[in-house]
Amino acid sequence: MADFQSLDIRRRSASTEVPPNIREATQIAKLIDVSRCIGCKACQAACMEWNDLREEEVGSFNGSYDNPADLSPATWTLMRFTEWEDPQGNLEWLIRKDGCMHCGDPGCLKACPSPGAIVQYQNGIVDFISENCIGCGYCIKGCPFNIPRLSQADQKVYKCTLCSDRVAVGQEPACAKACPTGAIAFGTKHDMTEWAGERIEDLKSRGFDQAGLYDPPGVGGTHVMYVLHHADKPSIYAGLPNDPHISRLVQAWKGVMKPIAMAGLAFTAVVGFVHWMVAGPNEVHPEDEAKGRDVLDRQDT
Amino acid sequence: MTNTWQDIKNANVVLVMGGNAAEAHPCGFKWVTEAKQHNHAKLVVVDPRFTRTASVADLYAPIRPGTDIAFLNGVMRYLLEKDAIQREYVLAFTNASLIVKEGFNFQDGLFSGFSPEKKDYDRSSWDYEIGEDGFVKSDPTLADPRCVINLLKQHVARYTPETVSRVCGTPVEKFLAVCELIASTAPPDKALTSMYALGWTQHSVGSQNIRAMAVVQLLLGNIGVAGGGMNALRGHSNIQGLTDMGLLSNLMPGYLTLPKDSEPILADYMKTRGFKPLRPGQTSYWQNYKKFLVSFQKSVYGPAATADNDWAYDYLPKLDVPGYDILRAFDMMYGGKINGYICQGFNPLQSFPNKKKIRAALGKLKFLVVMDPLETETARFWENHGDKNPSDPSKIATEVFLLPTTCFAEEDGSLTNSSRWLQWHWKAADAPGEAKSDIAIMSGLFRRMRAMYQKDGGAFPAPILDLTWNYTNPIEPGPDELAKEVNGKALVDVKDANGAVLLRAGQQLAGFAQLRDDGTTACGCWIYSGSWTEAGNMMARRDATDPREQGLAPNWAFSWPVNRRIMYNRASADPSGKPWNPAKPLIQWNGSAWSGIDVPDYLPSNKPEAGVGPFIMLAEGMGRLFARDQMREGPFPEHYEPFESPVANPLHPKVSANPVARVFAGDAADFGTVEKFPYVATTYRLTEHFHFWTKHAKINAILQPEEFIEIGEALAKEKGIAQGEWVKLSSNRGFVVAKAYVTKRLKPMLVDGKPVHTIGMPIHWGFTGAARPGFGANVLTPFVGDANAETPEFKAFLVNVEKTAVPVA
Repeated sequence: MADFQSLDIRRRSASTEVPPNIREATQIAKLIDVSRCIGCKACQAACMEWNDLREEEVGSFNGSYDNPADLSPATWTLMRFTEWEDPQGNLEWLIRKDGCMHCGDPGCLKACPSPGAIVQYQNGIVDFISENCIGCGYCIKGCPFNIPRLSQADQKVYKCTLCSDRVAVGQEPACAKACPTGAIAFGTKHDMTEWAGERIEDLKSRGFDQAGLYDPPGVGGTHVMYVLHHADKPSIYAGLPNDPHISRLVQAWKGVMKPIAMAGLAFTAVVGFVHWMVAGPNEVHPEDEAKGRDVLDRQDT
Repeated sequence: MTNTWQDIKNANVVLVMGGNAAEAHPCGFKWVTEAKQHNHAKLVVVDPRFTRTASVADLYAPIRPGTDIAFLNGVMRYLLEKDAIQREYVLAFTNASLIVKEGFNFQDGLFSGFSPEKKDYDRSSWDYEIGEDGFVKSDPTLADPRCVINLLKQHVARYTPETVSRVCGTPVEKFLAVCELIASTAPPDKALTSMYALGWTQHSVGSQNIRAMAVVQLLLGNIGVAGGGMNALRGHSNIQGLTDMGLLSNLMPGYLTLPKDSEPILADYMKTRGFKPLRPGQTSYWQNYKKFLVSFQKSVYGPAATADNDWAYDYLPKLDVPGYDILRAFDMMYGGKINGYICQGFNPLQSFPNKKKIRAALGKLKFLVVMDPLETETARFWENHGDKNPSDPSKIATEVFLLPTTCFAEEDGSLTNSSRWLQWHWKAADAPGEAKSDIAIMSGLFRRMRAMYQKDGGAFPAPILDLTWNYTNPIEPGPDELAKEVNGKALVDVKDANGAVLLRAGQQLAGFAQLRDDGTTACGCWIYSGSWTEAGNMMARRDATDPREQGLAPNWAFSWPVNRRIMYNRASADPSGKPWNPAKPLIQWNGSAWSGIDVPDYLPSNKPEAGVGPFIMLAEGMGRLFARDQMREGPFPEHYEPFESPVANPLHPKVSANPVARVFAGDAADFGTVEKFPYVATTYRLTEHFHFWTKHAKINAILQPEEFIEIGEALAKEKGIAQGEWVKLSSNRGFVVAKAYVTKRLKPMLVDGKPVHTIGMPIHWGFTGAARPGFGANVLTPFVGDANAETPEFKAFLVNVEKTAVPVA
């Protein structure tokens, strides 16, 4: 585990400077094997325990086993249950542990305007640094998986940290530690991908011809991956995106638009300066003063 | 469990029927995933609902609640018809070849000997033919029509796949698919494990459900082998310990039975206990019964138990009824025949059927003592919580004492898990507030009672006054001291025939083989002997070394009996002593002794050719396809409908329900009919909660906050119930108002030609705790139990469901 301990920063939100690269760290990954998951929610309980999170209210029944009903600032991971019937009418109860995917190319980080509020560590973990968060919510728009949640209490955004604090001291994430069936595995991305291969082979031998690994290239791969029995239809697992991409708006805003906007700002400054050089500074004339008094008088009456 | 949790990984097929292991035993379920992962095992789930276990199964088959015997008898028929049985095992190790008495028969739903007046059987015809030599007759050629296996074939012939489908509602092709997978474990090197729990026990035919599966397992040769067995998944961390220590009303520790009224002296009692072998040369280990009993009496009464007073046999209570089970106790309380009740570590107002009756019964007590770490519903039964607990405190005179106790993490001690492991645990924290350990409270009660008897005498003070209480700290005996007492010790120097000292006085026993019936040894629970020896606390061992990586870990804690991990393991080898499955051997005959990675369930020096059966506790030494007189409703399992059923028994409508199940007069009137209550209901646990405890913990409350019922889409549509809407679910005993979970996981089934809908209800909510208040499923459930064990029929009853208005908060 020692190799995973790097909390060296690879990328930092809204920052142009490249952090000094001391060394190349091993890429880590959490593998969630949906076919081994029994939906016991031990991961959810462990997440609440380790991160000391509690919903204020205990909630209510909402027509499914999804409790709480959605991710929130106090719920960073959530089992989502889907009753799905295949075209032959065979029922499957698909249970997916939802939470941050820790994208290789994180949309949240791209969208974030606050320097250093979102970082990506060398090992692949994408973490929110609360003290730098300004609560603008742009990361929510930037996330292709609809994960970050804004707290009404402190106006900061929260999500799974992949237990970066545990990983930093050589421990696996709390959810992986608590999982009783081995459905959550944690290790290097390489090992997890190989392990997934074995699992997929087993699933294929049990008739799941479309079993596969969910590591979507559209977001540069993820550091949380799924083994799915129906990898050809990720969306049946409670709306897991079939082919996730960072929103075009964010792409445009932070991609093409960023230099254009910078150029726009520079152009405005230059024009302003030229205007000052040519026309001199703005001055207030006595007729302007009179017009202003007129407006104020009218408002008083 | 005959086997262990870890051993499940050795199975080729895992059958979860009568339980929902992933839901109720998520940690143990890891061994099922191990079996799938490393042994390419197939997981088969048979359940009325598509459960969390079904969600990871290779094959799921639905079944109507309460029809498991019909299904399993159908499996037996399939195995026998296809000859998919392990023939050599069946012939050598089961009673297949033994000859049954002429008088035994079965007709129109009844076995021979039924008395309609007594609602009971004269079971004398349910036995073997005894030869002139005093031993059972047998026909190894199986030609005799009175051979057990021929009678079994005849008995299950009615259970064709079509009949199974008609009774159980399981589609024929699904039933046959399950049969095929089960049958795949008939070869000697293949094993099926049966994982079951309250889904089988909580029926009026609960014990027979389990027997039916045991017969299937014997036919397949799956008892005693790695990856096989009958594996009861116990529902509490120490419920195995509770039964082992004799906390049922008819038992003493180690499954010794309490005497009956008809057994006034020890000689009467011993007549039916220490039975003799029924086949030549068998072990019949219960021949040692008297050693266990006398050593128990010595541990309880010390010097007051002597040969002259029959080891204080008179001090033992004598039962006038088969047992004072919880149903009988609460019926008596309801009838005003019990005045005081000490309720230690359980919550009857939530746990027992027909809540209305339980609440009324508690209200008739003079006093109620509740010992519990939590403020339970039972302790607050007198409070008015509207529909959820309509009590009128002004009319209840019961004085309630709530004594806060420590919980497991606040004390040292041992817990016995499903695998029969006694695992020592250490105190992690001090108890809050005034909480005291159960030991301290019970000791306090005892010492005060003893003082009163000393002062005032009384009708029969001796059993209290003579109780040994020589603990270092008599106010709160230490768990270690009690554990040593349970293990047993020599009271004087124990010598062999030549006068050589075998055990010094005071020495801890190494195991129950050292017990004597002459008063020289004391032992609190014979099956636990060996748990705290001269070598120390065996329960505290934590060496996970696992020879052959077969999941045995013999130096981890202590497994009763004698640290044996897999019971009946002699049956893992063929008659000549060679393992059936050479890849996963347990023990084998090495030419001079039995040896292997487990402790032999056999005398190690017994030569294979001596023909001693592997089931050494039984008189014939063989696994019983035919149970003789040991079950109240018959030696073969037979399908009987639940007491509340949507159909009359399709096999014998005149004997629809279990003919010998006990129903108290008032409770029969509370049963509902299908006309008024047209739907089948079943109750169960959810992973997020443990019974009625964890609703007090906020995290658990968040994970499953509110009471609900589960209803299929078809029925919901019929009744106009939308997802999450409020419904009123009622039985003839009461009603529950809860939200509806409209689900695809419950589908109507065709039973005897008509569609039957099943409604599910989790049990967890009450009027205390951090979760939202609820009614509790036991408002609805019927007050009738299994004929052998009196476990209430929580799993199959009748209800009606209607849409209702949103309740006013």
